[in-house]
Amino acid sequence: MLDIRNLHARIGDNEIIKGLDLTVPAGEVHAIMGPNGSGKSTLSYVLSGKEDYEVTEGSVTFNGQDLLALSASQRAAAGVFLAFQYPVEVPGVANMTFLRAALNAQRRTRGEEEISTPDFLRLVKQKAPALGISQDMLRRGVNVGFSGGEKKRNEILQMALLEPKLCILDEADSGLDIDALKVVAEGVNALRSPERSMLVITHYQRLLDHIVPDVIHVMHKGRIVRTGGKELALELEETGYAAYGADAA
Amino acid sequence: MSAVQETVAQVRAIDVDQYKYGFVTDIESEKAPKGLSEDTVRYISAQKNEPEWMLEWRLDAYRRWLTMPEPTWARVSYPKIDFQDYYYFARPKAAPKSIDEIDPEILKTYEKLGIPLRERDALLGIESADKPRVAVDAVFDSVSVATTFKAELAKAGVIFCSISEAIREHPELVRKYLGSVVPVSDNFYATLNTAVFSDGSFVYVPPGVRCPMELSTYFRINEKNTGQFERTLIIADEGSYVSYLEGCTAPQRDENQLHAAVVELVALKDAEIKYSTVQNWYPGDKDGKGGIYNFVTKRGDCRGDNSKISWTQVETGSAITWKYPSCILRGDNSRGEFYSIAISNGHQQVDSGTKMIHLGKNTSSRIISKGISAGRSNNTYRGLVSAHKKAAGARNFTNCDSLLIGDTCGAHTVPYMEAKNASAVFEHEATTSKISEDQLFYCLQRGLSQEEAVALIVNGFVRDVLQQLPMEFAVEAQKLIAVSLEGSVG
Ligand SMILES: Nc1ncnc2c1ncn2[C@@H]1O[C@H](COP(=O)(O)OP(=O)(O)OP(=O)(O)O)[C@@H](O)[C@H]1O
Ligand SMILES: [Mg+2]
Repeated sequence: MLDIRNLHARIGDNEIIKGLDLTVPAGEVHAIMGPNGSGKSTLSYVLSGKEDYEVTEGSVTFNGQDLLALSASQRAAAGVFLAFQYPVEVPGVANMTFLRAALNAQRRTRGEEEISTPDFLRLVKQKAPALGISQDMLRRGVNVGFSGGEKKRNEILQMALLEPKLCILDEADSGLDIDALKVVAEGVNALRSPERSMLVITHYQRLLDHIVPDVIHVMHKGRIVRTGGKELALELEETGYAAYGADAA
Repeated sequence: MSAVQETVAQVRAIDVDQYKYGFVTDIESEKAPKGLSEDTVRYISAQKNEPEWMLEWRLDAYRRWLTMPEPTWARVSYPKIDFQDYYYFARPKAAPKSIDEIDPEILKTYEKLGIPLRERDALLGIESADKPRVAVDAVFDSVSVATTFKAELAKAGVIFCSISEAIREHPELVRKYLGSVVPVSDNFYATLNTAVFSDGSFVYVPPGVRCPMELSTYFRINEKNTGQFERTLIIADEGSYVSYLEGCTAPQRDENQLHAAVVELVALKDAEIKYSTVQNWYPGDKDGKGGIYNFVTKRGDCRGDNSKISWTQVETGSAITWKYPSCILRGDNSRGEFYSIAISNGHQQVDSGTKMIHLGKNTSSRIISKGISAGRSNNTYRGLVSAHKKAAGARNFTNCDSLLIGDTCGAHTVPYMEAKNASAVFEHEATTSKISEDQLFYCLQRGLSQEEAVALIVNGFVRDVLQQLPMEFAVEAQKLIAVSLEGSVG
């Protein structure tokens, strides 16, 4: 489980996370909503270890481990996965090659054996079709020339193969058409399990109709300002964030 | 520190220790007296029992060389070379007559380098690993110490031997073709090579023959302060095909060693030559001390109609690389290709590229160059594409991409184009990019280490060229690229 206490993080001189507390027990799905610029993506980067962000105060424990003491790749091996808001292209590196390199790197870090070629191919064959990932997309460079929706589905495929313990989904629904949204949501739901925690960042109720959260948090100006059940999303849909002092844009 | 900065710091901290071919073989060798004079030239020729015509050719080159200025146009800088401070000939004492007589120390050297010189070992290799067979000519300092699979190649009519042997055994072929692609006074280093060349390989593939296996030469400089002046000549007669690989390494030395090779390729009508190089001479230490000065003239002549020559190079070594494998597209419909990966790190300086000289009708050429610079290195692509008045329908496609790691290195692109025929079509694309922070973080977030991430991104960048290499070389090259850019030994 994930336990964040009084987290402060900055980039340069700009403090973005300003005393954030959040606890996600194992097996639960928590959603984070909040206005543009409130620091949701920043939180996901701080949790996954992007180096531009400096943590100035507070703690993050993940399954008893001090997460902030680990490097980005160690956190990945410990089970932290971030589905990016804007997945990055890596030209010339076949998607398959990348998936396998990532899986084996994590296994090595954990002191496990590398996966054999047949086992890996079997695994991909088992997971890719449900997410609508074609052979062609597996052969192409990572995210190169993928449509917005294809990039998002590819993130979920990576998540399914890496089997993380904490899934952070940063706007997994942005840019998706209705069918693709269902595919992504089903992919995520298939991964729900008692050992796995999820942090789902989104702006819209629509995603939460498909991935039904246990808890919803509202984030504003770098802090969690309200926490409630799934009905909170409906309320926000109607009232917006004005109640929290946000400009009605 | 940001991920990119850290990678840069790591790359910068690379020590010589990671150059895994840096060991020295302890054997006795015979050397020419230090320095360069007509006597040196005569000594080399005498050591090799050369005929009079060869000696005369060398002496003519030597006299011309004395009048030539050292070129300064390349984007490389180094202290003036004292040509009198080198040995121009060194060979292991007790020259072997057969594989079984090779000094065990030398055999061990090649074993360590992963090059099997005993055919028996090579054969065992195939059965276990299902690898294609490769015939090897091993050049140690100034002499060829072994050539494998000669008998089997001879059955197909293919001649594969050291150039020294070819001068003695096949003078008619050597006299006809040697110096016909790179003339005696072509350039300062080529002329020097002509005067003092020591050894190298000779290949002749008869008409209509597809060479039954890959041929390769493995160059090793061992002796201290010794120049290596290899000379290679490959002739593909009408309708024949050959694929040739070249590999190079040298021990770690504080002094700069000189390497000035000349390679000539001749493709007659309908013939094809594929020439691949993995150059990994010692690059010098982290402060830029030592390393090989590599001044190379490589040129192929598509002499016959429909002939084809393709150069593929992976350049990761040497303190200075000055190298422009080129094609003269003389025959109508002939084709030249140049695929290059040039990696510079530390204080390395690379000035490399190609020339495609279109003379015949409907000739075509393709240039794909990938330069990667890291550390404090400089990496220049220099290319010339020209179409002669008679080269109607000449076509060229050039793509030059540079990748920078960090901001203390440089990448430069210097393309020249000359079309004297209005129907020539030249296309040129060039990009310069940096490994982005976002790309690195994406890889790290998926569990790759910093080094693995850089290697993966770089391998993606050079993929188009790696695909041109013969399969097993491609795997080697991929590892070499990772090692060249990492702080660890593969
Ligand atoms: N590299 C950076 N340098 C300076 N400021 C930054 C940087 N990255 C983010 N910020 C600022 O931090 C604040 C929070 O950004 P963040 O991307 O975390 O917001 P968000 O909640 O994810 O917004 P959105 O809903 O639009 O995705 C913004 O004001 C943004 O401008
Ligand atoms: Mg965001």
